[in-house]
Amino acid sequence: MLLRLTPWLIALFLAMPVFVGIAGVVLPAFGYLPALGGTEFTLEPFRDLASRSGLFGSSMLSLATALVTTFVSVVSVALFLAAFAGTRLMRIARRSLGPLLAIPHAAAAFGLVFLIAPSGLIIRLIAVPLGLTNPPDLLIVGDPLGLSMMAGLIAKEVPFLLLVGFAALPQADPDRRTMLARSLGYGRMAAFLLTVWPAIYRQIRLPVLAVVAFASSVVDVALILGPSVPPTLAVRLLQWMGDPDLSMRFLASAGAILQLAVTGAAILGWIALECLGFFLRERIATRGNRYSGDAGVRAIASIPVVLAGLSLVLGLLMLGLWSFAGFWGFPDLLPPSFALDTWQRALPRAEDPLITTAVVAGLSGIIALGAVILMLEAHRRAVPRLAGEQPVLPSLIAGLLYLPLIVPQIAFVFGLQILVVASGVEPSLALLTAAHLIFVAPYVALALVGPWYALDPRYEVVASSLGHGPIAALLRVRMPLLLAPILTSFAIGFAVSVGQYLPTVLIGAGRLTTITTEAVSLASGGNRRVIGVYALLQTIIPALVFLAASLLPGLVFRWKRGMEGA
Amino acid sequence: MSEIVTMQRGLGLKDIHIRLGNRTLLDLDRLIESGEVLTVMGPSGSGKSTLFAYIAGFLDPAFEASGQVLLDGRPIQDKRPEQRSVGLLFQDALLYPHMSVGSNLLFALPGGLTQRKKRVEKAQEMLGRVGLDGLFDRDPATLSGGQAARVALARTLLAEPKALLLDEPFSRLDAPLRKSMRELVFGLVKEREIPALLVTHDREDAEAACGPLVEIAPARS
Repeated sequence: MLLRLTPWLIALFLAMPVFVGIAGVVLPAFGYLPALGGTEFTLEPFRDLASRSGLFGSSMLSLATALVTTFVSVVSVALFLAAFAGTRLMRIARRSLGPLLAIPHAAAAFGLVFLIAPSGLIIRLIAVPLGLTNPPDLLIVGDPLGLSMMAGLIAKEVPFLLLVGFAALPQADPDRRTMLARSLGYGRMAAFLLTVWPAIYRQIRLPVLAVVAFASSVVDVALILGPSVPPTLAVRLLQWMGDPDLSMRFLASAGAILQLAVTGAAILGWIALECLGFFLRERIATRGNRYSGDAGVRAIASIPVVLAGLSLVLGLLMLGLWSFAGFWGFPDLLPPSFALDTWQRALPRAEDPLITTAVVAGLSGIIALGAVILMLEAHRRAVPRLAGEQPVLPSLIAGLLYLPLIVPQIAFVFGLQILVVASGVEPSLALLTAAHLIFVAPYVALALVGPWYALDPRYEVVASSLGHGPIAALLRVRMPLLLAPILTSFAIGFAVSVGQYLPTVLIGAGRLTTITTEAVSLASGGNRRVIGVYALLQTIIPALVFLAASLLPGLVFRWKRGMEGA
Repeated sequence: MSEIVTMQRGLGLKDIHIRLGNRTLLDLDRLIESGEVLTVMGPSGSGKSTLFAYIAGFLDPAFEASGQVLLDGRPIQDKRPEQRSVGLLFQDALLYPHMSVGSNLLFALPGGLTQRKKRVEKAQEMLGRVGLDGLFDRDPATLSGGQAARVALARTLLAEPKALLLDEPFSRLDAPLRKSMRELVFGLVKEREIPALLVTHDREDAEAACGPLVEIAPARS
């Protein structure tokens, strides 16, 4: 019985902060927060909110960002898979995905700034032929429509959706389904999009909704790449939340409720787009046109994914160059001299944030891993199944797990902060770790559930027939066999923690800073060399963990040919 | 090319030679006439499925294959799979689970017929032909194994293939169903006058096909 309940308890425990946090903004939004002098219920915070100028513009910007970002990312991934599933290019993309995922959002956004800004790489490339001697006076970064912000988000979401898409691919039976559709005369891409993609999409729907919610409420990327008049709703909320005037918390709470509504509208909008997609697919699939001449389209289909990857890689390169650059004038493509003094000046100051980053990421990663393994294994052992049937997490558990990714961070983490402040608890490493755990655990679960349930259960049957108990079977058979995916999901969790901006700012309350909060706070200053150092540090730490996670299994099992590629 | 290509109806398999590394898997040189079923039998790993994949256009690049596949006199072995007009039927019905039975059929019906009403009529008619009147709007997941196999057959034939490849299509059905399904498939092959190649390890399949039989030996090195 306890075994049966364990997965539910863990999922509830991980989703609990969302409910508590929402309660923590709902009460002050209606004026009730005794710690700040609000003792009766009133609509005053909402009246105050409605009187703020540009609020509608900010909300619309958030909504549009969510829908455009998700649409472009999903279509890019669908086209890429349709054109290249089962080819060498897809295997290359799959292998290069890990390092790209390790890049935190803020670092990716800074990288994009260094590429597309008027003094960035792209303008430098065309400056000489055009005869430019000064950076042109263009508003590219921070454009009022938020296009560069959307581009930055897309560059980061495409690798994420590719990862979940690759994981879903085998269950969609791609080889036989496309073989059959092609034998009926359909072109390669049409065969995939009409017969395999629907099955993939059904599996990756929760992560896609997480992208919608994330893009509708993102703060760090919006601070770096987004417009400032008006900024997105989430950025305005953060300004109010950080206001020294504590009574602004009431306004911010009302704003958080508005953010919940905007994210809800974005999700509804996305569901409407899904319905349109289903309708169009059904129309196209039953009309009989075969779309067989797709050779040219296949080449074009690779462009969005390649662009996303390229902008991440080139962006990082530019960050690196700037951090080591001496004087670097426009329009030189490379700095004429290199120097170490930026690093020498910045590193000592980065020491404390670096330690905080590593400790919080390591702890939240390990705790998340333990909780997720306990949950997956308890479910696997509690639910009887037919031989050969793979366990599946009940969709309610999956929904609870992903809840923190679908409810906007800024709404419920702010509620948690209010409760923390109201209860008089001081910010501490433990508290920050707990806050990060909320977001680390879902990603660890996302990464581990597939391999955990795919392992042939007969390995453990053999172990128990040899007289080993369930704990021994878990520790000595299952976990060693799954060492590679376990380490990878830890690395993903670690990277997620390193990239967390908002929970760190809100729960750390300025007293605990990580390399990410430091990096984002540099955005307004515009010192490119220091930004380069911080954004690079932000990327290097999770990348090192990814590297270790990929090398360790090979070292541990170096004499075991059967473990190759595991 | 000075060679005169004789315009021969049917599926010609000319000097087919399939190898994996330096193992020869299969040598075959036959003509399957229209309306005829050629049965290829052999133990697993003998290259039956490889032959199937070569003709349909899905041969794994690990294999080396040579020889011509002539469909009504025209070589198709270098064409893309979608341009070969070769219909496939597998062990599993492989109905697309996200489409209704009717949509599965309309998916196969060529686009030449554009009017929605006429398309549905034609699909309904085919559904009736395999004895499944009234199942047009059903979810494929609710069909029995025998019904699903019939829908799969209807779907394959609606695409108007010029040849049919059958990869153990009866092996998942129980005995009485197997018999009626065989009659249906082989009857439709005769009626449509298309060549068919049946890959199986069940001798009864071969007998029911009433056509020539090729047995392939286990792979030689």
